[in-house]
Amino acid sequence: MLIRKPDDVRSSEITDEKLYLDRRRFLGTAAAAAAAVAVSPGALAACEAGGDGGQEDRPNSWEQITEYNNFYEYGTDKESPARLAPRLLRTRPWTVSIEGLCRRPGRYHLDDIVRANRVEDRTYRLRCVEAWSLVVPWNGIPLRALLTRAQPNPAARFVEFTTLLDPEQMPGQRRQVLEWPYVEGLRLDEAMHPLTLLATGIYGRALPAQNGAPLRLVVPWKYGFKSIKSIVRIRFTDRQPRTAWNVSAPDEYGFYANVNPDVDHPRWSQARERRIGEWLRRRPTLPFNGYADQVASLYAGMDLRRNF
Amino acid sequence: MAPSPRAQRVLAALLKPAVWIGGLLPLALLVGAIATGTISQEPIEDLTHRTGKAALTLLLATLAITPVRRLTGWNGIVPARRPLGLFAFFYACLHLLVYLFDQGFAPGYIVEDVAEHPYVTAGFAALVLLVPLALTSTRGWIRRLGKGWQKLHRLVYLAAALGVVHFLWGVKKDLREPLIYAAVLAALLAFRLPQLRKRRAQAKAARVRMESDAQAA
Repeated sequence: MLIRKPDDVRSSEITDEKLYLDRRRFLGTAAAAAAAVAVSPGALAACEAGGDGGQEDRPNSWEQITEYNNFYEYGTDKESPARLAPRLLRTRPWTVSIEGLCRRPGRYHLDDIVRANRVEDRTYRLRCVEAWSLVVPWNGIPLRALLTRAQPNPAARFVEFTTLLDPEQMPGQRRQVLEWPYVEGLRLDEAMHPLTLLATGIYGRALPAQNGAPLRLVVPWKYGFKSIKSIVRIRFTDRQPRTAWNVSAPDEYGFYANVNPDVDHPRWSQARERRIGEWLRRRPTLPFNGYADQVASLYAGMDLRRNF
Repeated sequence: MAPSPRAQRVLAALLKPAVWIGGLLPLALLVGAIATGTISQEPIEDLTHRTGKAALTLLLATLAITPVRRLTGWNGIVPARRPLGLFAFFYACLHLLVYLFDQGFAPGYIVEDVAEHPYVTAGFAALVLLVPLALTSTRGWIRRLGKGWQKLHRLVYLAAALGVVHFLWGVKKDLREPLIYAAVLAALLAFRLPQLRKRRAQAKAARVRMESDAQAA
């Protein structure tokens, strides 16, 4: 093990003590929150103490989660991904390239990434921008674990994610419905948030191809399209990434895309949602998809109507 | 150009069953999908899409009767129009019913949705326009309304256009399917343009004649 001399450490790397202590406290709360979420489903109820009218959140069935998917790389309807992805997508071997403003870029085998981290259970609500929702018992590794290991530079402010580009494996990419490859992005603090997950499985089974195998992002307080699938590249950058849906229709899909019942999509309401499997009612949509307690502070002082 | 009398007899015998099979097919497929469990994991959305597309397809089919009649010279196809139109109305009503279920029959949300979201407004307007057409589709009303009946039933063009717009605006990104409907509607309307121009010209000629008659007198 290398022990560095003090003069090896640049001043920019030294955290002042107050911030350091704040950080410890933050990590403490964050870890507690993450742990609380991890022990689902009781914890899920704890997340939403913020007045949802006492609605229950039971995980959706395996079939509901894996046979109704938005994955435009396999077509724009909900059934094609389940039909095509499992036989077309080759998830092994799979490498993820970590690039950009960090000290330890590199290409990593998925197995090494998973082995180096503890896979956790996280049951999250998933709210699609189309006003339907699911509850998914994910398995995965907190994104922050991976990002921290890459040691981002102080200049890094955003993280950009890219899906595989291969029309052979992803026939939907032969049509320019969106700009390919699919790109998503988060602000660094969003990416480092303890709720942000890199999912590798559902219900303890390997992530099905149609759900974004072998590695996908899950950002539970944002609309589903932010949770990019089949990731091959993670890049630290100082500029806000050009994200697929935002580029395609900037007035309809914002960069932040935080779930917000008060800001309608220009063409439809976001006030309520249809939980897959439920009939005859729509649930009220919760600010930040019910995770406001944990994430609202990330956006303190921001106009969420403008930064939708 | 018209089919031979014998062919006409065969076609006439086939027309009614064909219309009924075509009109009931979407319902049969839908019931079949529910019975065999092949309906989507999101049944409400699936039902919404199936009933909406059935309504629009059948509405376009009613608009295709006149072009088919003119192109083939087969006047015997005309009786297919009314049942096709009524089937279209039937599916449009089912579409609305599924929507009302989807909204949990909450009047506040429904009114807001219809008022604030243009694609919902367009669809709702299309259905409202179809109501008087369905009600006046009986022989009795055709007789009672006389010339006015045809005028009233020209609303079907507006209803079909609103239906297509409803589909176009409701789609998130992939416009292929609604554009197919739009293209078919455009073709069916374009087919009527020469006829429309002719009728205009005739009306103008008649007006000019009346005016000159009046001047002469």
